[in-house]
Amino acid sequence: MNAPLTPANITGATRREVVVSATLVGGALLVGCSPGDLLSVGAKTEFGAFGPFIKIGADGAVTVVSKHIEFGQGNHAGLAAIVAEELDADWTKVKVEQAPAIAKVYANTGMGVQGTGGSSAISNSWDQLRKAGASARAMFVEAAANKWSAPVGEISVKDSVVSHAGSAKSATFAELLPDAAKVTPPAAPTLKDPKTFTLIGTDKVRRKDSQAKSDGTARFTQDVHLPDMLVAMVAHAPRFGAKVATFDAAEAKKVPGVVEVYQIPTGVAVVAENTWAAKKGRDALSVTWNEDAAEKRSSATILAQYKDLASGKTPATDKMKWQAFESKGDITKATGDAFEATYDFPFLAHATMEPMNCVAQVSMGKAKLTFGSQIPTVDQLNTAKIVAMLPGAVEIETLFAGGSFGRRANFQSDYVAECVEIAKKVGKDRPVKLVWTREDDMTAGYFRPIVHHTVRVTLDKDGYPASWRHRVVTQSIMKGSPMGEPKLDETAVEGTKGSPYLKATPIVDAQLIQPDVGVPVLWWRSVGATHTAFAMEHTIDQLARKAGKDPVEYRRAIYTKAGANRHLAVLNLAAEKAGWPKAAADGWSRGVAVHESFGSVVAQIAEVKLVDGVPKLGKVITAVDCGTAISPDQIAAQMEGGTCYGLSAALFGQVTLKDGAVEQTNFDTYRVLRNTEAPTVETYIVPSGNAPSGVGEPGTPVIAPAVANAILAMTGQGTTSLPFVKA
Amino acid sequence: MAMTLDVNGKPLAVKAAPDTPLLWVLRDELQLTGTKYGCGVSQCGACTVLVDGQPTRSCVTPIEGLAAAKITTIESLGGAHPVQAAWVKHDVPQCGYCQSGQIMSAVALLAKTPKPTEADIDGAMDGHICRCGTYQRIRAAIKDAAGLTPAAVAPVAPAKV
Repeated sequence: MNAPLTPANITGATRREVVVSATLVGGALLVGCSPGDLLSVGAKTEFGAFGPFIKIGADGAVTVVSKHIEFGQGNHAGLAAIVAEELDADWTKVKVEQAPAIAKVYANTGMGVQGTGGSSAISNSWDQLRKAGASARAMFVEAAANKWSAPVGEISVKDSVVSHAGSAKSATFAELLPDAAKVTPPAAPTLKDPKTFTLIGTDKVRRKDSQAKSDGTARFTQDVHLPDMLVAMVAHAPRFGAKVATFDAAEAKKVPGVVEVYQIPTGVAVVAENTWAAKKGRDALSVTWNEDAAEKRSSATILAQYKDLASGKTPATDKMKWQAFESKGDITKATGDAFEATYDFPFLAHATMEPMNCVAQVSMGKAKLTFGSQIPTVDQLNTAKIVAMLPGAVEIETLFAGGSFGRRANFQSDYVAECVEIAKKVGKDRPVKLVWTREDDMTAGYFRPIVHHTVRVTLDKDGYPASWRHRVVTQSIMKGSPMGEPKLDETAVEGTKGSPYLKATPIVDAQLIQPDVGVPVLWWRSVGATHTAFAMEHTIDQLARKAGKDPVEYRRAIYTKAGANRHLAVLNLAAEKAGWPKAAADGWSRGVAVHESFGSVVAQIAEVKLVDGVPKLGKVITAVDCGTAISPDQIAAQMEGGTCYGLSAALFGQVTLKDGAVEQTNFDTYRVLRNTEAPTVETYIVPSGNAPSGVGEPGTPVIAPAVANAILAMTGQGTTSLPFVKA
Repeated sequence: MAMTLDVNGKPLAVKAAPDTPLLWVLRDELQLTGTKYGCGVSQCGACTVLVDGQPTRSCVTPIEGLAAAKITTIESLGGAHPVQAAWVKHDVPQCGYCQSGQIMSAVALLAKTPKPTEADIDGAMDGHICRCGTYQRIRAAIKDAAGLTPAAVAPVAPAKV
C-alpha cells in the first residue's frame, strides 16, 4: 500500500494510485485512504434542505433517494419505508429514485464504497435512513411549533400532516415546507421506539415499482435510446485468456447499418446504427485468436485435480498451501467409526434475464455511464483508468437492472470497461450501447467456481459428532483482484466456518486450498453458502441417520449444545408449521435444512417426490429470522425467489468446459427452473427486535440440501454432487 | 424497402430489412421497449407479443411474414388491464425484466380460457423463464385475474416484540 492519499495530492500521476489502492476483503470493499472524499473529487455534492436521502417537493410529496440499486430484491420498498416511518410521511405517496454515484455521501457503510451486495441494502441503511427521516420530521415539527407558538412536544405528525391538538391547528408538509426547509437539522434526532412503528413490519410496505414493471415503462439499460446512439456488439474469444491475433472486418463493414469496427482489449467490436445490424456485423467478422495464454482444461479435468488435492494424492506446494480455517483439539486422536462423504459442485452461470449491457459516452475529460450499476464506485474507478480522469467525475445514472445475483459486481467491471473502451474509440460524447447476446453473457465466465468438499466425521457414544475433518478445494473469488488478497478467502468457506455443528464438535480440523484456474469466477447469490450449506446440512442428515435419530431432533440437540438459539428458533417454527414429524403424503418425502448467511437464519422443510428419477417439489415451509422485518411481503418474495434460484441450480445448473470452451450457450443448454417446476413457498418470519439483516441471499442455499435430505429419507442414498439432474 | 406493420391498432411504416426479427423493429425502430430481449432463440419468452391474438416470440419472427398481421405489445394494455392489476396487487415483479412477456401470455390465456385450470396455466406459462423465481405469484395473479381463488401466498407478519 502506498502512503495515504488525500484530495490534495490526488492529481496527475497519483490518479492511478487511487485506483490500485482500493482493497477488497471478504466481499467488503475497503478503500485504502480517506476513500469517500477521495473518490468523490469532481462529483457534485450539493443537496436540498433534507439532505442527500430525502427530497420533498412543493406539493409535499416525499421522494426517498436510494443509494442501492433495485434489481429485484425489493430493497426500494424497504428503504422508503424506513424513511416514511420515521418521517410519518404518507406512505401511499412516497416515491423512490436512484442516487447518483457519489461515494462520499452514498457509500455502503459496510463496504466503504458505494455499492449493493452481501444482502446489505437494508441493514447498512437502517440507522442512516431512520436518522434522515427523523431529522426531516423534527424540522417540520419545529417549523410548526414556531408558527403556532406551541411546544415542540405537543406537535404530532401523521401521513404527511403536522398537527397541534391543543389549538386544533394542522398543516400539510407542502404548507410547512418553506419554513421547515429553513430549520437547522438536529444533530442527533430522536428515533421512534420500534414498538410504536405503524408502517414497518406491516403488509402496507409493498413494492413501489410493480406498476412500471407490469406496464412496460420500467427503464432498463436495454431500453436506453439516446440521440445519435450507436449499438455495439463484440466478438469474444472462445477460450478464457485468449487475445485477438488477426481479424478481417471487410464482410462486417458491408452489412447495412454497420458504422465501424474496432479492436479493443476484450475482442473486436462492431458498432452500428441498431442492434440487429450490430449482430449481423459481428457475425460476419473473421477473427483468429492467440490462445497461448488461454485456459484449455476441461471442467472435468479441473474437478479431478481438486479431488486429488483433497485426497492428498496431489501434495500442496509452496505457492498453493492448505489453510486452516477452523481447528481445535487433536484430529489424530479421533477414534471410532467414521462417516465419510465427498461433494462436488459445478461452475454456475448467473444467467440474469437481462444480459449484461451498458451505455457509455466519452469525450475529452468527460465520461457518463447509464446502466444498472451495482458497485458504482468500482465502475467509476475502472472507467477512470481507461479514460484517464478522476473517478469521482465519472457520472453514472443507475437504472433498474434485469437481475444480477452477484454478476454485476466484479472488480474488473468487465462489460462496463468493454463499453467504455468502445465509447472511447467512438469519442465525441456519442452514446454507445453495448449489447451482449445471451450467448455472450453465458460464455463470459464470472461463474460460481467449481468446489469440492471432503468430510470425515466420527460420532461419540450418543451419536453426535466427536471429530470433524473438513477439506474444501476451490478457486478463489478474491484471487487476482486488483486490490490485494485477504489472508483467508472467507467467501470460500463461510458457512462451514462458523457452523454451529463445528462449534458443538470437540475436535475440528477444517482446511482450504485454492488452486489457480484461468476462468473468471465470482460470487453467485449467497456466495460460499451455495456449497457450504449443502455440505454441512446434507452431512448432518446423514449423521443423524447413522445415529438412528430424527433429523430435526438431532439438529435441536446440537443447536442447544452450540447455543445457536436463532437456528433453533427457525427450525422449531418450520417444524411446527410443517407438522413435523407427521409423515409426508403418500409418494412424497420431506427434507429439512437450516443455514445462516448474511446475518439471517433460514430453515426449510421441503416436500419432494421423484418423477422418473427427477425431484419434483411440493410445498416448501420456510422460517426466517432476519431481525426486524420491514416488509413481510418482500421478505416472503425473497424467500420464494431465493428458493427458486437455489433450486434451479440444484436441479439443473452446471456450466461445463470442454478443452477450455464453455459448452452451454443459451437456455436450451443451460436449463433453468420453469413455472411447472417451481414449489409453493410458505414463509414465516420469526419476531425479532434486532436490527434488520439480509434477505436477498439467505433464501437461496437451503433448498438444495433440503431436497437431498428428502431423497435420503426416501431412498437411503446420499447425494455426492450437484446438479441432481445431470443432463 | 419499407413495409407497414399493424402495431397496437396503428399502421406504422418501418424501414428495417424484411429478415429483421420483429423484436428489434419494435425496440429499436418503433421504440416500444416494453418487449424485452432475453435469449434470441425462443427459449425464455421475454420477447412475447401477440400476433393475431397468439403469443409469439418476436425474437425469432422476421417481419416479412407480418404484413397482414395484427401485432399487440405490452404498451397496448394501458396499465390497468385486469391482468396488470392482478400483477400489481400480488407484487409479482422482482427485477421485472421478464414480466411483459409473462403478462402477454397470461392475457392471451385468459382471452381464450377465462377460467383456466392448473394445466391450462402450465401450458401457457411454462415457456417463460423468470430468474427471480416469481412463478408462484404469477400463478396466483392469473387465478386472481380470472376470478378464481388464488393459492394463499400472503406471508405471516411477525408478532410485535
